[in-house]
Amino acid sequence: MGASQSGPVHMFQDLAHKTGFSTEQIKNLHNRFMYLTQDEDTLRREHLENISNLALNPIRRQIIEAFFDKRNMGEKERGCLQEIGFEEFVTVLSFFRPPKPRTADEMKNIKKEKLRFLFNMHDTDNDGIITLDEYRHVVEELLSSYETIGAETAKAISDAAMLEVASVTVGQMGPGEFYEGITFEQFMQILKDVEIETKMNIHFWNLDTRTMQCGK
Amino acid sequence: MSVRKRRIYIDYCGMFILVLGLLVGSLMPLGGAASSPDTGTGHGGSHGNKNPGNGTTYSKKPFPVLSFDYEHVRLPFEISLWVLLASLMKLGFHLIPRVSSIVPESCLLIVVGLLVGGLIKMVGEDPPVLESKIFFFYLLPPIILDAGYFMPIRQFTENLGTILMFAVVGTLWNSFFVGGLLYGVCQLEGHKLAYVDLLSCLLFGSIISAVDPVAVLAVFEEIHINELLHILVFGESLLNDAVTVVLYHLFEEYSSVGSITFMDVFLGIVCFLVVSLGGIVVGAIYGILAAFTSRFTSHTRVIEPLFVFVYSYMAYLSAEVFHLSGIMALIACGAVMRPYVEANISHKSHTTIKYFLKMWSSVSDTLIFIFLGVSTVAGPHQWNWTFVVATVIFCLVARVLGVVGLTFVINKFRIVKLTSKDQFIIAYGGLRGAIAFSLVYLLNPKHFPMRNMFLTAIITVIFFTVFVQGMTIRPLVDLLAVKKKQETKRSINEEIHTQFLDHLLTGIEDICGHYGHHHWKDKLNRFNKKYVKKCLIAGERSKEPQLIAFYHKMEMKQAIELVESGGGAKLPSALPSTVSMQNIQPKKPSQDRALPQLSKAREEEIRKILRTNLQRTRQRLRSYNRHTLIADPYEDGWNEMLLKRKKMKELEKKMNNYLTVPAPPPDSPTITRARLASDPQAWGLKSVTESIPTIKVDLASPQSPESVNVVDEFSKKGSQPKEEEGGLTMKVPSPAKQRKDKTPDEEPQQRLMRCLSDPGPAPEEIQPLRSCSGCALHI
Repeated sequence: MGASQSGPVHMFQDLAHKTGFSTEQIKNLHNRFMYLTQDEDTLRREHLENISNLALNPIRRQIIEAFFDKRNMGEKERGCLQEIGFEEFVTVLSFFRPPKPRTADEMKNIKKEKLRFLFNMHDTDNDGIITLDEYRHVVEELLSSYETIGAETAKAISDAAMLEVASVTVGQMGPGEFYEGITFEQFMQILKDVEIETKMNIHFWNLDTRTMQCGK
Repeated sequence: MSVRKRRIYIDYCGMFILVLGLLVGSLMPLGGAASSPDTGTGHGGSHGNKNPGNGTTYSKKPFPVLSFDYEHVRLPFEISLWVLLASLMKLGFHLIPRVSSIVPESCLLIVVGLLVGGLIKMVGEDPPVLESKIFFFYLLPPIILDAGYFMPIRQFTENLGTILMFAVVGTLWNSFFVGGLLYGVCQLEGHKLAYVDLLSCLLFGSIISAVDPVAVLAVFEEIHINELLHILVFGESLLNDAVTVVLYHLFEEYSSVGSITFMDVFLGIVCFLVVSLGGIVVGAIYGILAAFTSRFTSHTRVIEPLFVFVYSYMAYLSAEVFHLSGIMALIACGAVMRPYVEANISHKSHTTIKYFLKMWSSVSDTLIFIFLGVSTVAGPHQWNWTFVVATVIFCLVARVLGVVGLTFVINKFRIVKLTSKDQFIIAYGGLRGAIAFSLVYLLNPKHFPMRNMFLTAIITVIFFTVFVQGMTIRPLVDLLAVKKKQETKRSINEEIHTQFLDHLLTGIEDICGHYGHHHWKDKLNRFNKKYVKKCLIAGERSKEPQLIAFYHKMEMKQAIELVESGGGAKLPSALPSTVSMQNIQPKKPSQDRALPQLSKAREEEIRKILRTNLQRTRQRLRSYNRHTLIADPYEDGWNEMLLKRKKMKELEKKMNNYLTVPAPPPDSPTITRARLASDPQAWGLKSVTESIPTIKVDLASPQSPESVNVVDEFSKKGSQPKEEEGGLTMKVPSPAKQRKDKTPDEEPQQRLMRCLSDPGPAPEEIQPLRSCSGCALHI
């Protein structure tokens, strides 16, 4: 790390202001960023894939994709980036920041943002709907760490889950109609009991990466 | 009041008075408290010895046709009477709806105890007192085991830090605050209380400051408060047992000596760690033993619940041998063994365990409160206004201050902060109960001359908390609009996303390089999956992921619901929707393959024929004989049924490739009618009468060759992919299969196959079959 000049510090403060982290946390995250990219400026997929602990995670592919997804960067575009800078890194991580106590409306907004992040993770083709195939893919990934499970079971579970969503959200459908997929509103509706705003959080406060031994 | 209700009340009152009379009467003739079985045996012994002694002068009495020998059965008889009384009381409360909604059950039971005690005293006898040995060995364990076995582990571990803070630091604070201030009051008071020394006060403080799990459970169960608060207060009441044990022994040991040094305090801290961790370790060991044992019980299902109970009780007793915390051992045992035992035991055993635990804990609970009331009448009292009032006030103040102070510190570390409403409920829910009473009762009067005063004070505090706080907590909860418990069933979407979130958060933590909560939980899960589950879970289920287990359980539940709702009626679910599988399956692109183009009428014929064919095979299968009828249709039948459903799904899938499926092209009226005609769902799943040829697929019996003929190829094909799906629990039982008339293999969501298998028999075969179809339809 070079000597702290006014440039990066100013950038940190901007970022802290934008994403809601404290300056201390931004500094720590910057250290981590540098560690992951081996002191380059941009982060690519290979850098994330090199994290050994992540290799055991059944949904690592989707997690990595989430970092490169333009929709999570607050832009209106769709598509993927090939490499991201520190700012995008922190933006994605800010989805997991524990919310400070706010008014009910703000909490609702935060919940919506977090659910949007999850939705984007499932909706891989960017069409705004989670189709049966995409959902099946999610379930298969979740079960992928168990080698003995066949594709049939994943299919059965995802079918049942889809059916449940359709039953809850749409209700009455004739025999000829076809249910396209889960829209974002329906997604919010079925997950309203999960209390995302309290569960989808990580404590960032003791994040001193210099003492962490996270092998490559 | 209607006539019927009045009759119920009258009958009930009559029965109750009878039992009460029996109870009082039983205590009368032979005087003394209930704990004197020796007189009984002595009496019986002497009786036996009389005759041989006086051999020669023996005069013949007429043969006793009927004799009255109460001593013979005295002890068990009285115990049974008390249990019966307690249970009748419980029945009674729920017959009177208005009272039970205002006053919590525990209060009513104490009042009943007071009445019974008063009655006994009026008769002139000594009412029995709640002996500590009986309490700690027989009455307390079922309640704790019930709580520990069904503890929601996820919430407990998420809030463990908070719970520990409240349990350890909170109890310590309470003890010293109350003890110290009481000592001050005693010194100030002067003449009557001067003999109460510091250590005794501290001992008293430590006994009285422990929140009681029995009382908390009794009250909180009725108010249905949200899970977070429930687990906080309840967890605290369980975990503070270790603190209480250590403090109690510490002060009791040294009160005779009169002073405590720093060395003793240090040893006390070490002792605390040993007591709590030791208790947990002992419990965990027994839990693992129980889980391991349950692996081998697949052939003797009947005694499975016994293992759960006996191992847990042994854990409790073993911990008590070393003066470790028995409560924590019991909790650890229940919590550790549960996931593995549940994977191994049968459905019936699971239900048995659940109901036995609930029954025992309910009876224990009732008995405890009744005896509290009786003991109040019986116990030696020494009333001292200053001491008692001071105790009550200091307890309340200490609790409030402790909760507020601790929450302030804890909220810095919590994501979900505790609001002031939460704090109020936590403080208000700190009820004291029978454990405190028993602990005081155990004190030796020689060392503690003020024991009676303590006893009075404790009873007053208990009464205060149970009556005042217990009664007012429900309206307060409503007034403050505290969040209540969510009664919603867990859906599979929530389960999927909970797991997804777990993995997601672990991944993010790994990316940040932060070894947090999720990282360690993930590591533990992986360890569990790789090593522990293989040892402790029998057979294929050890490899079953949690999601599959959940899905399986959900299917089971739905199937049971379907059966219980009569099988015919539409499922009274919360989702009255007509969405079915076909709405979800994507539209298939038009097939390229050369399907035989069947005309619509032809299709209808084919369907009819297949239907009647099945109908006939079903008729054949109906002949019961001893080999096909298993004594236990339900248990293994569930697996059977699920097996069948699996196969049917396979078949359905293959079906979609052969015949025109419901979804895409708009069908002609004939086909629509035909489809609806054979569609069980369209019938509204009402009860099947013989004239309606609904399709009940029995893919089972190897005895009837016809059925094998029709579906054999598919059952074979269907079973192949199954072998690879090792994760499913298909323990296919012995070949003798049976049918269940009333358990339809369909669910509203899963369409049964409208038609089976083959793409139609060859034209020449239709002729002979058609002649039978007519008669088959009229069966």
